[in-house]
Amino acid sequence: MNTQTISDISQAEQGTSLWKDAWLRLRKNHLAVFGLVLLVTFIIIALLTPWIAPYSYQAQDLELGASPPSAAHWLGTDIFGRDLMTQIMYGGRISLAVGFVATTVALLIGVTWGAIAGYVGGRTDAVMMRMVDILYALPFMIFIVLLTVVFGRNMLLLFLAIGAVEWLTMARIMRGQVQSLRQMEFVEAAISLGLSPATLIRRHLVPNALGPIIVYTTLTIPSVMLLEAFLSFLGLGVQPPQTSWGLLISYGAETMEEYPWLLIFPGVALTLTLFSLNFLGDGLRDALDVRGAKD
Amino acid sequence: MWRFIGVRLLQAIPVILVVITVTFFLVRIAPGGPFDSEKAVTREVKAALEAQYKLNLPLFQQYTSYLNDVAHGNLGPSFKYPGRSVNELIAAGFPVTAELGLYAMLVALGIGGLAGIIAALKPNTAQDYIPMSAAMIGICMPSFLLGPLLVLVFGIHLDWLPVSGWGDIPGDKILPAITLGAAYAAYIARLGRAGMLEVLSQDYIRTARAKGLPEWQVVVKHSLRGGMIPVVAFLGPAFAGLLAGSFVVETIFQIPGLGRFFVQAAFNRDYTMILGTTVFVSVLIVLFNLLSDILAAWMNPRLRAQFSQH
Repeated sequence: MNTQTISDISQAEQGTSLWKDAWLRLRKNHLAVFGLVLLVTFIIIALLTPWIAPYSYQAQDLELGASPPSAAHWLGTDIFGRDLMTQIMYGGRISLAVGFVATTVALLIGVTWGAIAGYVGGRTDAVMMRMVDILYALPFMIFIVLLTVVFGRNMLLLFLAIGAVEWLTMARIMRGQVQSLRQMEFVEAAISLGLSPATLIRRHLVPNALGPIIVYTTLTIPSVMLLEAFLSFLGLGVQPPQTSWGLLISYGAETMEEYPWLLIFPGVALTLTLFSLNFLGDGLRDALDVRGAKD
Repeated sequence: MWRFIGVRLLQAIPVILVVITVTFFLVRIAPGGPFDSEKAVTREVKAALEAQYKLNLPLFQQYTSYLNDVAHGNLGPSFKYPGRSVNELIAAGFPVTAELGLYAMLVALGIGGLAGIIAALKPNTAQDYIPMSAAMIGICMPSFLLGPLLVLVFGIHLDWLPVSGWGDIPGDKILPAITLGAAYAAYIARLGRAGMLEVLSQDYIRTARAKGLPEWQVVVKHSLRGGMIPVVAFLGPAFAGLLAGSFVVETIFQIPGLGRFFVQAAFNRDYTMILGTTVFVSVLIVLFNLLSDILAAWMNPRLRAQFSQH
């Protein structure tokens, strides 16, 4: 009976305080709000692209060729005379989707895996972490080649495959955090109050390890987007005329001396996204860190 | 402690065995064989080649024979580099890749670690935003872009440093090391900042400051060990990855390292080369993840409990 009451109380407190409090604090952080607004804008643009793009994304103008920004083409055109702004908008759809889907997959698997391994410890931990070692060592290229050959060029599979390799370091970081947290007094207290391991992990260990997790998440999104570019570059991912920011950057890098805008604008789009993610991530971290809160 | 290391090294045997087994059958499932791309090969020649490399044996027999070879330290002959064994090719490429990886890691730890600590000391001020923005640009900047950009600026326009090669002209190792290290530096900076912030808000740091310790002592003696734990968890696989070589950086700077083997072997279906490099990487992963776990335990006494659990 006692344990029932206690967990009721802790649930009621947790549910209202942590996230609501964090949101109140996040709203005061102007950079984080700016990041959030910018990200939401990018996502809305990506969703509406087929209706608001200034040109069709296959429309070529071979006579025009590569032209610098002008009134007709705000961000210029590439060597086939395709409108760069249209390409960046369509590329953003793919890049943002890869970034968010693959990172979510990586986040969910990595955090759960690392938390369980770190919390349970002993033999379970050893088996789980050796499985992580195995996945690190398996040749990713072969895996991707195989997937493309068997299932064709399936975007969703590409996302999942990327997510499946990106969770490993997340799991290692989470495990380290949990191992260190589980020796702390408040965890001992929670255990002695009779909390189940699943509740303990969800309510106490994960929230207390959020700082490094959020930071690593904001690091995973760009690395996923660039991995997609690398795979596309090798012919395993997105194929022309479809495009992504990573692909636009890698083509732009080849002609950066003759047509610098082809590199600069996709680069700016990627950098802006990552900066906003970063500000939002840091803002969230600060907002959720009750100990460090000064205001 | 020694027992812990011994147990982990024993665990390496099943890890490597699973990696070999999965990879062995994975590459065989992938369509296309190592000799498909050679156009003028008659059926007889192909059969002779396959016999020479034991590809005509039943699959399971090939597998056991390969395991036996690996147990004796023999990774077999390469299919695409006739007359050379995988051992020779790895032995030739590894010193170059290892040296490059070491320099890149020094760049990454030096710049990234320092930036992370500096940023964490004064969060949400210019001292935080400037190094962290630089780190973000480092993460956004893929090596296929950073490499050519550095070559253009420092190699061609300023003409300060050589643009390619390895060990031929003094200074030709600087640009590849920076190109390869930049992304890692950015990771270390971001993770280091997060870890340090976590530690700097602890009570024992407030105690250390309250008793009047100079700031550098608070940082170096009291915060660094705890604050760098997320970085250390990242360093294990990162170091192993660096020692396996980078396809992009080695291609840009024409460095005869290991990185190109991974991509080439996958596209050529060079079975022994794929397996050989994979075995090599798994050994690196096991060793460096072990080192990183030992380092983390040394840095945080709370983690030492795991030593007694085994």
